[in-house]
Amino acid sequence: MSNKEKKWFSLNLKNEKKSGGCGCGKTTGSCDSNTKELKRKDGVDQVFDLKMDRRSAFKKLTASLLIGAGAVSTSCSVFSDEKSKEKAQIDWEEQFKGNYKLMTDEEKSATVDRLVRSYQLRTGKTINMSSKNAEKDVLFGYAFNISKCQGYMDCVNACVEENNQDRKSQMQYIRIHEMKDGKGFNFNDADDNYYHEVPAEGHFYMGTQCFHCDNPPCVEVCPVQATWREEDGLVVVDYDWCVGCRYCMAACPYDGRRFNWSKPEIPENEINKNQHYLGNRLRKKGVMEKCTFCVQRSRNGKNPACVEACPTGSRIFGNLLDPNSTIRWVLENKKVFRLKEDLGTEPKFWYFMD
Amino acid sequence: MRRFKVFKNLVGDSIDIITHGSKKYHLWMAFLTFVMLVGMYCYSIQLDEGLSVTGMTDRVSWGLYISNFTFLVGVAAAAVMLVMPTYVLKDIDFKQAVLIGEGIAVAALIMCLAFVVADMGGPSVLWHLIPGIGVFNFPNSMLTWDVLVLNGYLFLNITIPFYILFKHYQGKKAKTSIYLPGALISVFWAVAIHLVTAFLYQGLQARPFWNNALLGPRFLASAFAAGPALIIIVLAVIRTYTKFKIEDKTLKKLAMVVTVAAQINLIMLISELFKEFYAPTHHSESAYYLFFGLEGKTALLPWIWTSIGLNVLATIMLTFHKLRNNFRILFFCCFILFVAIWIEKGFGLIVPGFIPGPYGKIAEYTPTGIEIGVTLGIWAMGAFVFSILARTAIKIETGELRYKKK
Repeated sequence: MSNKEKKWFSLNLKNEKKSGGCGCGKTTGSCDSNTKELKRKDGVDQVFDLKMDRRSAFKKLTASLLIGAGAVSTSCSVFSDEKSKEKAQIDWEEQFKGNYKLMTDEEKSATVDRLVRSYQLRTGKTINMSSKNAEKDVLFGYAFNISKCQGYMDCVNACVEENNQDRKSQMQYIRIHEMKDGKGFNFNDADDNYYHEVPAEGHFYMGTQCFHCDNPPCVEVCPVQATWREEDGLVVVDYDWCVGCRYCMAACPYDGRRFNWSKPEIPENEINKNQHYLGNRLRKKGVMEKCTFCVQRSRNGKNPACVEACPTGSRIFGNLLDPNSTIRWVLENKKVFRLKEDLGTEPKFWYFMD
Repeated sequence: MRRFKVFKNLVGDSIDIITHGSKKYHLWMAFLTFVMLVGMYCYSIQLDEGLSVTGMTDRVSWGLYISNFTFLVGVAAAAVMLVMPTYVLKDIDFKQAVLIGEGIAVAALIMCLAFVVADMGGPSVLWHLIPGIGVFNFPNSMLTWDVLVLNGYLFLNITIPFYILFKHYQGKKAKTSIYLPGALISVFWAVAIHLVTAFLYQGLQARPFWNNALLGPRFLASAFAAGPALIIIVLAVIRTYTKFKIEDKTLKKLAMVVTVAAQINLIMLISELFKEFYAPTHHSESAYYLFFGLEGKTALLPWIWTSIGLNVLATIMLTFHKLRNNFRILFFCCFILFVAIWIEKGFGLIVPGFIPGPYGKIAEYTPTGIEIGVTLGIWAMGAFVFSILARTAIKIETGELRYKKK
């Protein structure tokens, strides 16, 4: 914010500086802090990493605990088969794993393997879960054409199906606000829960969802760093690390977050089996979730489900750092604006009109 | 080693004391146990089905639990109003009362922590929040500050009275040089716990109703009214039912504290109301909802107006010396002031923060029976903890409970 010459593409400046430098003060040559950074730990040893000896001691402790747990489960379950033992082992390791944000790539794929195996053991079906990291020189952004949106809500349905949201409570990441013509952007008089034929006479439509702020207040307030901003600008949640205090929900000015008040229910045949750890994998009760710009799709070069589903083409998604992307064209050629800019949250979600 | 022996004896003696007593005492404890059991049953339902059994939704995501938590932090902080004059200003009057005040602080803090845990979606992964084992987002998240200050304050309020009682139990005098530094720290700490809790809300730019520089100071003023008001009532009860001597002078001094705090609180309320209603902006909608209702949604109206009525009535009555020095009127004033501030600093503060929502949606909140059950259970737990602590402390202070005295 202090940078007066800041343009939309400089959103990432702060971040790039952080990743480029190392904070040790040296501008040339190498320093230790970067190499130290590389060594990341999993589980409880993430924080017991003060010294190597302490860390390895803890590793041993964890290993012995695991063996102990295995022994307990073996001795306690005379009649149980190999499968339930494996299930118990997986549950144990999942319960005491670390924060995904701080995991190494191996640890990330290990937890993903455990989750896939666990699902297989439980349901006999195989899912495909990814732990793909953010790619370099990618910063995702989104633009919404208010003139085009007709309020069909296809985006909402596609989102629910793609992201395995709870059907029982009808959780929806996207809200479409039906506004009256001639009243401006008056959210107070808008209806975000309409059930009638669209487009309704004398109305226009505006969609909101998580704006993936570059300066996200929800990330700051989380007491356990269960939510964070990824390198490609996505604000994500580690569902297994979230303690469910809902402080982030109170901090979000855009109504972008949803909570699992009870156990999410999705009919087995409707589950999207193409999943990402940070995205649409199945959630449990008592954790926060939100739009991830369909991380399981966007990191594979596809558009989010809402963009693909929109019949009017009012949704535009792309890489803000790619000068040839559509989103860049929109930002350069349209009069764009963002919601509640005065709060300093720097959303990466722009609105425009034809 | 002798110390351990004394400690063992103390624990044994106090268990003996808290399990024996008059019929009234047993009835009281049985009643609290019953309410706690009901609360536990309600909580077990909540654990099983999730927070969907509460009235909270995505629109109003904090409710009765966080409201009570916020209020009780204030009650805990108010123990300082007794600690400061007794230990630091060497005012004799408060000396007998201070242990009771610290007992209330301990009970209030335990209730605070219980309310926070009850509000969590995933209590089984709460270890993520333990510094050193989990990932502690300090100093960015105000919630981590709150975890630190609340537990620190709990530690102070357990250790200081424990040291004093431990010495008295052996018939020795407690050394000032040992407990005075702790007492001094706890004075500042008490202000910190309430200010930090206010910052929890004050720091959210998303909620204009909370994002208000007066929130912290007003928290303090209301806490220093409600907390000592509760202490006065408790002292009055203790005075009637036990041999513990509490002089009229102590109650009168405490009443003075309550009065001044209540007056300051009222001034701040006027300032807040002026700001919200003289030149109302988009950001005043929550206040409109709270005081007048919006679009026919008026769930909080009876509560807040009751609160304001009681608040004004109590403050006016307390202001007159003649009325305040009449103990019957004083106890009545303290009671209504306590209720008024419980409403005002509880759901009168938390719920309107979410209404209207970020996009103007007005969805009201009504707590469910299960939520109320858990809340009552936690209050009963607080009363239970306090009864145990106070009973032991009083027996030691009156000299009935001594090491090796049979």
